[in-house]
Amino acid sequence: MENTVLHVADVHKSFAGLHALSDIDLSVREGETHAIIGPNGAGKSTLLNVCIGRLKPDTGHVIFNGENLTGRAPHEINQLGVVRVFQTPEIFPDLTLLENVMVPILAKRDGSFKMSWFRRFSSELNVRNKAMGVLQDLGLGEFTNAMATNLSRGDKRRLELAMGLAQEPKLLLLDEPTAGMARHDTNATIDLLKKIKAGGMTKVIIEHDMHVVFSLADRISVLAGGRIICQGTPEEVKNDPRVKEAYLGEEQV
Amino acid sequence: MFKPSALSDWTLFILFSAAILTMPIWLAPLGANYPDLMQKFAIFGIFAIGFNILFGLTGYLSFGHAAFLGVGSYTAVWSFKLLTMNVIPALIFSVIMAGVFALVIGFVSLRRSGIYFSILTLAFAQMSFNLAYSVLTPITNGESGLQLTLRDPRVLDAAAGVAVGRSLPSTNLFGLKMSGLPGFYICAVMLIIAFFLSMRIFRSPFGMMLKAIKSNQTRMAYTGFNTRPYLLAAFVISGMYAGLAGSLMAVTDPLAGAERMQWTASGEVVLMTILGGAGTLIGPVLGSAIIKYAENIFSAFNTSELRQIFDFMPDGLQQVSVAVSSMFVGEAWHFTLGLTFMIVVIFLPGGIMEGFRRIGGLFRRSDAKAGKVESSAAAAHS
Repeated sequence: MENTVLHVADVHKSFAGLHALSDIDLSVREGETHAIIGPNGAGKSTLLNVCIGRLKPDTGHVIFNGENLTGRAPHEINQLGVVRVFQTPEIFPDLTLLENVMVPILAKRDGSFKMSWFRRFSSELNVRNKAMGVLQDLGLGEFTNAMATNLSRGDKRRLELAMGLAQEPKLLLLDEPTAGMARHDTNATIDLLKKIKAGGMTKVIIEHDMHVVFSLADRISVLAGGRIICQGTPEEVKNDPRVKEAYLGEEQV
Repeated sequence: MFKPSALSDWTLFILFSAAILTMPIWLAPLGANYPDLMQKFAIFGIFAIGFNILFGLTGYLSFGHAAFLGVGSYTAVWSFKLLTMNVIPALIFSVIMAGVFALVIGFVSLRRSGIYFSILTLAFAQMSFNLAYSVLTPITNGESGLQLTLRDPRVLDAAAGVAVGRSLPSTNLFGLKMSGLPGFYICAVMLIIAFFLSMRIFRSPFGMMLKAIKSNQTRMAYTGFNTRPYLLAAFVISGMYAGLAGSLMAVTDPLAGAERMQWTASGEVVLMTILGGAGTLIGPVLGSAIIKYAENIFSAFNTSELRQIFDFMPDGLQQVSVAVSSMFVGEAWHFTLGLTFMIVVIFLPGGIMEGFRRIGGLFRRSDAKAGKVESSAAAAHS
């Protein structure tokens, strides 16, 4: 059996009596791309927020490589190697693209706090070269000295992906990486994610777009009403009557 | 494209040092080359540079930095009373004491951000001010302020066999009296050191982390940084700068009063930093010099002088002119200050430094077609 990297065990989460998540059991294996899909309001984002420590589950645990993530601070979870890419781009708007990518690399190298105030940031040549490489891989190599705030929305999302990838995470959580993107950008992002997939990084993708999901995922968990209703390979999920019901039910409205 | 290279930083530092050290010469035409005023320029420059490390880099607006200024002054005077009139121990102890105070106040205040942080720092500073006035009278000598007396022990001086004269001894640096120009020069040297350290912080990975916190603090946490110790470090460093400024006030004039901790003093450093340009290296020094110079000019006028100025006018018009202009000068010069501040914040939110940058940008545009991306990147670095 393959190694389990992330194990969400028996997680419940409710907001003011509303069960956002119940009985969530989920295992993500090393090297796989695991997609979490489901209709709007199914609890996808809540699940992701539980995984990165933004929300604390009412019961249950999230175990990552043997470490319990429940109740840990966001920076500790990041330091363990779990990186999240947000749905609305979370970047440093007042820094240049290069600085945006160098900062996460320093987080990985120097830990969550280091008082290095006498060295020059711009003399960190290794960090700089690495950041340049990542930016080039993502097609942002031309604008390395531009302010991040001047980027288009699509480029901002790509920049955030670059910030995540630069940390070489053990587990990358992607929240709708192609939401709001034009078809052309979506395809470019799919190609990019496929490239990362070839590199063997473990990923969890939350996605609306079935095209994206079926071209990337090794396994899929379908979430509806806060429960996992089906789990399996893309083929299995495609043919599952419960999934059809959940989705068709939504689309008929 | 302009990048802050090590070379351009050294150029900036050397130009800055030269400008500060030659102040007695080039300020002469402005009539501002007397030591008292130049000491103020340097001392408030240090205060503002330190404040800028917190506010300019992290965006956390402290309204209580005067507390550290006061702590610095009291510590320095106590060092003069108990140990020696030599300024070195006074400077060292003041910086340490202010750092300790900043650690405590920062630890509590930084549990909140934004306006709540500002209110907490303001509350702490007002608390310190009131304590200095009342409960802590044995330490601060309350209303009359802490002063030197002939009966002070000064153990180190006594051990060294310095004779106690009939008049109060003056502060010195190994025998060199710290009044007049030497007093200015010790402030100037401290200002240059303060500027150098601030420049290193601005360009360091630590400084970059502070800028990133200002830009997007939540993102910093998800990037793996524990932002609290970064903020606390910045707070303590800026508190130590304020302590240094406070002790230099005591060096040039060895007494300390509680009014140094009042909220108006905290507000003044905010004005200086924003007027000059928060987040820039030179801006705070410029802002503090401009405010102190303007204060010196405008507050000096009185009604009879104004009457003289408008003497050439017919009688009725003269009275009106005097009445109107007296709203801007003398005691009321704060009105001028407030007005200037409003104009700057509305039209030049980046302060005077942004004004320079815009003027520079006009010239640059005329001789090169700078791309949009390029010029904005340059603006962020200069």
